Amino acid sequence: MRDNFRAENDVTTNAVKIAARNVQVYYGETHAIKDVSVDIEDKTVTAFIGPSGCGKSTFLRCINRMNDTIDICRVEGDIRIDDEDIYDRRVDPVQLRAKVGMVFQKPNPFPKSIYDNVAYGPRIHGLSRNKSELDDIVERALKRAAIWNEVRDRLHAPGTGLSGGQQQRLCIARAVATEPEVLLMDEPCSALDPIATAQVEELIDELRQNYSVVIVTHSMQQAARVSQKTAFFHLGNLVEFGETDKIFTAPEDPRTESYITGRIG
Amino acid sequence: MTDLTTTPTPGGKRHSYGSLLDESPRTKKRNAAETRFRVYGVIAISIGLIFLAALLFAIVRNGIPAFTQTYIVMDVELTAAKLDKKGNRDIEDIKKVSTFGYNPLIGTALETLVAENGVETEINKGKELRDMLSSGAAAQVRFAVIDNPDLIGTTQEFTLLAGSRVDGYMKGRVDRESLARDPNLSPAHLDIVDALAADGTIKRIFNWDFITGTDASESRPEQAGMGVAILGSFFMMLVVLLLSLPIGVAASIYLEEFAPQNMFTDFIEVNISNLAAVPSIVFGILGLAVFIQFAHLPQSAPIVGGLTLTLMTLPTIVISTRASLKSVPPSIRSAALGVGASKMQSVFHHVLPLAMPGILTGTIIGLAQALGETAPLLLIGMVGYIATNYPDGVASGFLDPNSAMPAQIFEWAKRADPAYYERAWGGIIILLVFLLTMNLIAILLRRRFERRW
Repeated sequence: MRDNFRAENDVTTNAVKIAARNVQVYYGETHAIKDVSVDIEDKTVTAFIGPSGCGKSTFLRCINRMNDTIDICRVEGDIRIDDEDIYDRRVDPVQLRAKVGMVFQKPNPFPKSIYDNVAYGPRIHGLSRNKSELDDIVERALKRAAIWNEVRDRLHAPGTGLSGGQQQRLCIARAVATEPEVLLMDEPCSALDPIATAQVEELIDELRQNYSVVIVTHSMQQAARVSQKTAFFHLGNLVEFGETDKIFTAPEDPRTESYITGRIG
Repeated sequence: MTDLTTTPTPGGKRHSYGSLLDESPRTKKRNAAETRFRVYGVIAISIGLIFLAALLFAIVRNGIPAFTQTYIVMDVELTAAKLDKKGNRDIEDIKKVSTFGYNPLIGTALETLVAENGVETEINKGKELRDMLSSGAAAQVRFAVIDNPDLIGTTQEFTLLAGSRVDGYMKGRVDRESLARDPNLSPAHLDIVDALAADGTIKRIFNWDFITGTDASESRPEQAGMGVAILGSFFMMLVVLLLSLPIGVAASIYLEEFAPQNMFTDFIEVNISNLAAVPSIVFGILGLAVFIQFAHLPQSAPIVGGLTLTLMTLPTIVISTRASLKSVPPSIRSAALGVGASKMQSVFHHVLPLAMPGILTGTIIGLAQALGETAPLLLIGMVGYIATNYPDGVASGFLDPNSAMPAQIFEWAKRADPAYYERAWGGIIILLVFLLTMNLIAILLRRRFERRW
């Protein structure tokens, strides 16, 4: 298997894709994210780690404004993608989400056919002019998500009939089919077995060629395997952010060290 | 972590669970409670089933007779001298002869019939013999003649409607004892009926007129039918479906998916829940005030009934639609928003199709409730005696005065003649068949839409 799979962690400095400055998030009275500033680079996998409830998922959901759907959630500060403020009044969150794709913790395919699952995004964004173009997009997305060979014969079978790992890769195919520039993954492997996890991790590394990938994970091994940059969150604070190798071998903050050695969490 | 293991049990002694093969007193108690609860459940369901069986038995036993009707077959000589005195077969002149002109002919026919069968009876006058027939029988002959004036001068076989007492005797509702106090028919008539029934001159056949016909006056229960009331109900249901489904679903989608959570929407929510519990007669008086007195829509018309019942059905549909929208997993919404669908796209492409089975069930329940509702119809005048014929077209179906199935049943149940009692039960059977059909459609649609996620 892919037990010894490990992404190349050499860090070449890429352009900054997402720049967050002094981001505060409030859920009603609760101050969930406290003053987070971080630069996320293009063509890089950035991992967010930290104990449960530390705000890493909340911060991830700020990047495509999924938090807008929660009434009591309030975001302050500045998040820029390609130097454009995504919380600007003129920004339509729907348009933003086409540019910033998202994969969720639990595989959530639509209760439709595999083909329709992948074709949905391109259809609503008008990415294809005709059926054969759409077919191409679907095939390309499924190939990128490394699931094409398993589903090529049953594209019109329901997506919900696949196994958990296949469903998650289908969701990744659905996310990449809309050609996003940033891919947010919220614990994409937490519902998967080790084999499926390995497949998804390999996939993430491949996606790095084209996307800026941000992944939230509970597994420090996973963060070490797939990411080039790692951010450690604790109680709503961004404690430490840097190259993955450095975070895991020589963390600067004592809290980071306690967490990665298993003393808090 | 380590604290727990070192904490000593209170009293310092370790609790022992004993042998697993013996039931401890606690387990025994628990199991006994569970058994008791199951018995209660079985009892409750059995009681329900017994009542259901009793209801069905009563309805079928009392209602089925309404679906057959007694007729007397006889040859009537259509004397030209009586029906067309001028002898020119002018349709206008023929129409001038009223049913009174036909009565003697039928009387004579009956006399012949009795004589031919050799029935010994003290009743031999046609006038008295005619009591066995419905007062509508003469009209039946007259219409046949008007339809085809060439019949005049010939002798034709007619299957004429028997009176309700004769019908009741054939069905076992009327006997000689009860007729002793009844001025409409004498026990002597029954001897004739017995003789004629023996050779098939008097017979019970399936009563299509009960399903397709119109209501009849108090004295002619044998002629009364549900047909027009069925149409009235049908047009009302059409109005209810066309209005309450789109309005109800749209309102629920807005409240559930789009509306901000604030005092105002909370207020609306409480109101909708309360409206579902408002007595239907309140909706009736609202309909009267708004649609008839204020908007001047025609009284007793299915459109008004439909509008009133729409008001009553809306809360049911809104509540069930919101419940089924709520039951769609939020992950589906996130998935749609995540690929860049707008709120509306996520609702209409993904949430609504998944909520469809629940919405349909709620709608059918609401419609079934509306179909069986009588009280609001009382107030908007849909319980009138509607003996007119069918509406001419779709427009008059909505706008002409009409009744509805439950209102018709109510009307019959009110009338004194026991023959109407039988019709009321028969009407209930028709109403239930409609309800069952609607439920069947709902189940089929559910199957069609049901998907798992």
